[in-house]
Amino acid sequence: MDNFTPLSSFSGGLLIGLAATLLLLFNGRIAGISGIMSGLISPSKGEILWRLVFLLGLVLGALLVKALIPESIKIREGFPYGLLTIGGFLVGFGTRMANGCTSGHAVCGIARRSKRSIAATLTFIVSGMLTVYLLRHIIGLSV
Amino acid sequence: MNNNAIALMCGITFGAGLTLSQMTDPAKVLGFLDIAGNWDPSLIFVMLGALTVTMISFRRILKKPSPLLAQRFVIASRTALDKPLILGSAIFGIGWGITGYCPGPSVAGLGLGNTEALIMVCAIYAGFWAHGKMKV
Repeated sequence: MDNFTPLSSFSGGLLIGLAATLLLLFNGRIAGISGIMSGLISPSKGEILWRLVFLLGLVLGALLVKALIPESIKIREGFPYGLLTIGGFLVGFGTRMANGCTSGHAVCGIARRSKRSIAATLTFIVSGMLTVYLLRHIIGLSV
Repeated sequence: MNNNAIALMCGITFGAGLTLSQMTDPAKVLGFLDIAGNWDPSLIFVMLGALTVTMISFRRILKKPSPLLAQRFVIASRTALDKPLILGSAIFGIGWGITGYCPGPSVAGLGLGNTEALIMVCAIYAGFWAHGKMKV
């Protein structure tokens, strides 16, 4: 557990919770990133700009932390782009099929005591753990 | 303040939170999912931090007749634990476990000069598109 960072993780979590709270309080929207992203491809009136600026904000927020705490940024190298493409496709497909991802189900849905979101969260954590177990400990992928 | 200014501010706060908690580092996420390896429970603390705020705030906010700057709350109304929910979550978990990226950190990583993030975002959109074509 030498990589364990409870304090910065908890602080970052508080900011994520704050962002989700303000978006719901002012705009009445759930801060589910996969939903905000996918809403850009079948656009309806008044549903484009807020999504674009929210996603732009994600990038700016990352840049802000990079400027303030540069040591918090680590860029992985050497991961196969083929695996990234397959994995990314499954992330996109799966989150649309399940109507949410880590932000929409795990942060916002559980806060609403939604049984669907609790079930979704448990499912993707278990599925993610099984996948990592298979790739790292059975197949022996080292990246 | 209008809706778009709020969305921008919330995006910045969310992106800062993801980055501060190092969720933009896929190795950190995979460290959490790798329970048989050098396990890193940090992701649990991200969830605890976020839920500490939202568990309290959401219940209070959703008692209001409407949001402050919009007509109504846009909230999922379905309650059934159906097959698409479970199967879709399992598929998402596989992609998450392969790459170490979920959608938020993929987008946030676009600004960090991270080629992986760009590939992820394109592949995620391909997945969205394929799901839309199949209508499952």
